[in-house]
Amino acid sequence: MASNLVQITRRGFGETMRRDGWWIQSALTFLGFSAFIVYSTWAAFQGAHYSFGPYLSPMYSPLIWEAAGQQLSGHAWLGSWPSWLPTYLLVQPITPAILILWAPGGFRFTCYYYRGAYYKAFWADPPACAVGESRSGYRGERKFPLVLQNIHRYFLYVAIVFIGILAYDAIAATQFKDGFGIGVGTIVLTVNVILLGSYTFGCHSLRHLVGGGCDVMSDKPVRQGLWNWVSKLNRNHMLFAWMSLFWVGFSDFYVRMCSMGVFTDYRIF
Amino acid sequence: MAKATFSIRRGGRDGGEMVDYQAEVSEGMVVLDAVHQIQAESAPDLACRWNCKAGKCGSCSAEINGMPKLMCMTRLDTIDLSQTVTIEPMRAFPPIKDLISDVSWNYEVKKRIKKFNPRKPDAEDGTWRMQQSDIDRVQEFRKCIECYLCQDVCHVLRDHNKHEEFIGPRFLVYTAALEMHPLDTENRTEDLKDMFGIGYCNITKCCTKVCPEHITITDNAIIPLKERVVDEHYDPLKKLVKLFRKK
Repeated sequence: MASNLVQITRRGFGETMRRDGWWIQSALTFLGFSAFIVYSTWAAFQGAHYSFGPYLSPMYSPLIWEAAGQQLSGHAWLGSWPSWLPTYLLVQPITPAILILWAPGGFRFTCYYYRGAYYKAFWADPPACAVGESRSGYRGERKFPLVLQNIHRYFLYVAIVFIGILAYDAIAATQFKDGFGIGVGTIVLTVNVILLGSYTFGCHSLRHLVGGGCDVMSDKPVRQGLWNWVSKLNRNHMLFAWMSLFWVGFSDFYVRMCSMGVFTDYRIF
Repeated sequence: MAKATFSIRRGGRDGGEMVDYQAEVSEGMVVLDAVHQIQAESAPDLACRWNCKAGKCGSCSAEINGMPKLMCMTRLDTIDLSQTVTIEPMRAFPPIKDLISDVSWNYEVKKRIKKFNPRKPDAEDGTWRMQQSDIDRVQEFRKCIECYLCQDVCHVLRDHNKHEEFIGPRFLVYTAALEMHPLDTENRTEDLKDMFGIGYCNITKCCTKVCPEHITITDNAIIPLKERVVDEHYDPLKKLVKLFRKK
């Protein structure tokens, strides 16, 4: 290919002839992601107020061990924080959330939707469509470290397991001390797993794995059906990505506020 | 009749400048109408490509107020005419004259993609049978009118000038149409990874946004191709499964 055919003049950072508010979408994405990262990091390091009665914050689920120094809540799989596990790594406390958040975090970080969104909002690569960039060099996702984005499907496998666990948590959120019931928290945790499920099961990698990799699906009705179903969710992947992100944060906030006595959890029945 | 000001790029292969022209605006006009009016009344030497005026030939691609669009499909009532409307040629390709870019690089790229290679005919009449559900997926890609707006907006070409290493969204769509075709037997994943530079795409979806045929370029063509490359090059588990299946 004759490269000398194409020689274009680069525009400087932010340089564009666009007159619309091209920066708004990237700015909102930046603010939205930043707010979630700040809140979730803060919540993950707290190691307290992550459960309230039958409710368990999704940021601490699965709760492998109860956080160091916390009373047994009944949600922990293996009981109290083990003595062989340190409670601090340098100055940062190690909490049950720290042990598990790498999985949903990795799933979102390598998600095709999020990649496109944060490359624009955080890396300005590009800042918006048809707007000049700051860097002249570009390697895309061909080289280390971004070539690692290709492990997205492995995070998907873990994320699907997490959906099962969060679905169990939503069911467990109906088991109050006085028996079956539904509180506002039950609804919050149920909506959480529905939104997370809609996001996870609309994943591009899942779409490929269930049938997208086949050129002929007409002789594979189960794969065809699954592909159609995942494709439907995939069309709204961005919407579910944002809704589930917000709702995970809100679910943790709700459980935390109830546990701290700020909110009263009303029972519907 | 209301008048609007259009700032149009004038000049040859080098340099060029934006020149202001006035055009009368009436109901139902598109940007191409205004350009034709300017050609007829003020600048008879103004060069622009156009053909069908119906959004099907892909000739009148340009950048209107900085966004890649077809001039014939951009109605003036969708633009703020109180300000000057800028019209430039596509920036991802070298200019030839005024609004015309040299898009011949695209024709060279297309030649490098392995052609359609169908399996042996399996019907008695020496042809093939396909199910509609199998062909539905690639049908979308065949709507492409080769206007190259997606190539123009792609920052890998536009800002990083990777024409040597990256084939751009248009030809990833073309490759997807071949690669996902139920009759095709060719494997293009090696080429996608190495020669076609699919890893350069960082999924910003700008190509999907500007496509006048509303082809879901990123979600339906590029990402599925990226996943096929992952299958063959970045998924050790899949490789292991394939190894056992072969035995």
